[in-house]
Amino acid sequence: MSKYILKRLLTLIPTLLAVIFIVYFIMDLTPGDPGTLILGEQATKEEIAAKNEELGYNDPFLVRYVSYVGDLLHGDLGESWQSGRPVMGEILSRLPVTVTLAVGAILIGTVVGILVGILSAVKQYSFLDFSATAVAMALASFPGFWIGMMLILLFSLYLGWLPSFGGGDFRHYILPWITTACPFMASQLRMTRTSMLEVIRADYIRTARAKGQKESKIILRHALRNALLPVVTILGINFGALLGGTVTIETVFTLPGVGTLIIEAIRSKDVPVVTGATVMLACFVAVLMLIVDVLYAYIDPRIKSRYTRK
Amino acid sequence: MENTDKILEVENLTTVYNTDAGVVRAVNGVSFSIGRKETIGLVGETGAGKTTTALSIMQLLPERTGKITGGSIKYQGQELLTKSKAEMRLIRGECISMIFQDPMTALNPLMTVGEQIYESLDIHNERQKSPKELEAKVDELLELVGIPARRKTNYPHEFSGGMKQRIVIAIALACEPLLLIADEPTTALDVTIQAQVLNLIEELKQKLSTSMIMITHDLGVVAQTCDKVAVMYAGEIVEYGMIEEVFDRTKPHHPYTVGLFDAIPSLTEERKRLKPIEGLMPDPANLPEGCRFHPRCHQCMERCRSGEVYTYENGAHKIRCNLMEKGEQNGRVD
Repeated sequence: MSKYILKRLLTLIPTLLAVIFIVYFIMDLTPGDPGTLILGEQATKEEIAAKNEELGYNDPFLVRYVSYVGDLLHGDLGESWQSGRPVMGEILSRLPVTVTLAVGAILIGTVVGILVGILSAVKQYSFLDFSATAVAMALASFPGFWIGMMLILLFSLYLGWLPSFGGGDFRHYILPWITTACPFMASQLRMTRTSMLEVIRADYIRTARAKGQKESKIILRHALRNALLPVVTILGINFGALLGGTVTIETVFTLPGVGTLIIEAIRSKDVPVVTGATVMLACFVAVLMLIVDVLYAYIDPRIKSRYTRK
Repeated sequence: MENTDKILEVENLTTVYNTDAGVVRAVNGVSFSIGRKETIGLVGETGAGKTTTALSIMQLLPERTGKITGGSIKYQGQELLTKSKAEMRLIRGECISMIFQDPMTALNPLMTVGEQIYESLDIHNERQKSPKELEAKVDELLELVGIPARRKTNYPHEFSGGMKQRIVIAIALACEPLLLIADEPTTALDVTIQAQVLNLIEELKQKLSTSMIMITHDLGVVAQTCDKVAVMYAGEIVEYGMIEEVFDRTKPHHPYTVGLFDAIPSLTEERKRLKPIEGLMPDPANLPEGCRFHPRCHQCMERCRSGEVYTYENGAHKIRCNLMEKGEQNGRVD
């Protein structure tokens, strides 16, 4: 197993190099040069040219790519063309907000989604099942910013229970968490329900019943674990997506997260920031996918034996 | 009064499935009984209601669709149909257990086989045995079905089909039930393994003094294992008797039983083609009037098309067929 994980970690290296290459290449194709952006419109052509030379902008693409990767290995993502501050620092300062948002939303979405999903499957075609389906459809269909605004209206404006903006203590995060969790919760609920329904009809569930096992234990011990694989997949994908930042929700709740950082950087053609943030995200997603694959092995011994045989 | 020597008495059992396509009448008034250490074979084509009968006894019918609408099932004189879910749970696995058709899917793929046998013991652990004692029992059960005890930490995917069926048998016999229902236990296995598994079941049945319901469509299996036979057709028992009676070709038989025997290829005679029973099992959502078998029967008479069917009785031997009333024919179709 550890051999498998090591192997997967090693394959991360070429993957990331390719991702960096693609991102770097695409950003290089965009018009504009650092000199103009940093020094502004008023600077003379000579000043701009000198600045570009100094930043190594005139070097061939491959040379710049290699030196970028070299810097990256030292944890250096370059400096922002806008603020002149190190990109790494910019991202790291925004990361806690995004991670808090993502982890909270994932937790709420997973717990509620799986619980209601199980109930829906066990009580298929009941009132609870129909209403859960209806609510899930609604949550998945309404755009996040709308749900966010409605929550702000209700809880902040009318009831005055929770703050409507900014990132401070725990209370600031409750509304963003719920808003972010909504579509995720809906997909998790539907996935758990479908997967459980399939498993509940399996022969081994009937075997467990024939043993005289209690229904609650049949669901939790036999059915749930078998139904978990697709649920874990959805969880991994959504977690990766949420770490990429949720621009609309960060905007609605004015949270300074990675999403807004990337959007601002794209608008102002701040190439180092865009590249750096994208590379960071690619790393996160790749590691998350690895974790999901390892989780698979812990859930399903058949997959584990396939890993170790290789 | 209740005969305590009878392990199970099924009286006039009627089971339906309420589906979107209509009411499927899967079992229509089935009656039979099983004595201690006895084995009864339920024989019939696919869709004859054999498995539904078994699931009715276990009360494991699909919850929303399957429903027992009439009759009684008595286990050692106690009526099972009026028992609550919790009471029924104590009977399942402990008093009556079941071996399912397909061992490939009957075991939970994510639990070791040891855990799955242990679970069975743990559920019915009235004598408060310690986990250590239960583990020892797991080892013993595995050895009993011919699997080395050290393999209890393996998962089902690490076993072959025949071995999986052995494990299923170990689970079913874990609590030494008085009645074992084997639902086509060898259908999914290849022929050499079939013989091994049948021998194992037979051996354990003797050892544990278990009664058994053997569900099969293989008359050879019936001949090998059963004391009594019930031939099922369209949810009814058309012929019922001791194995010697049903397998004795000089005795009268239901035309369907005759057809089943004729359909077996002979080793001694040379025949170009097999002799099937023509036609198909009727749609259980739309059963024919009168005798259910009349559309396929070569000796169908006018009175078979409607009304009650005559039941011939000669000791334990019972045949539901109008031909028997006159006593003039033995149902042979030549």
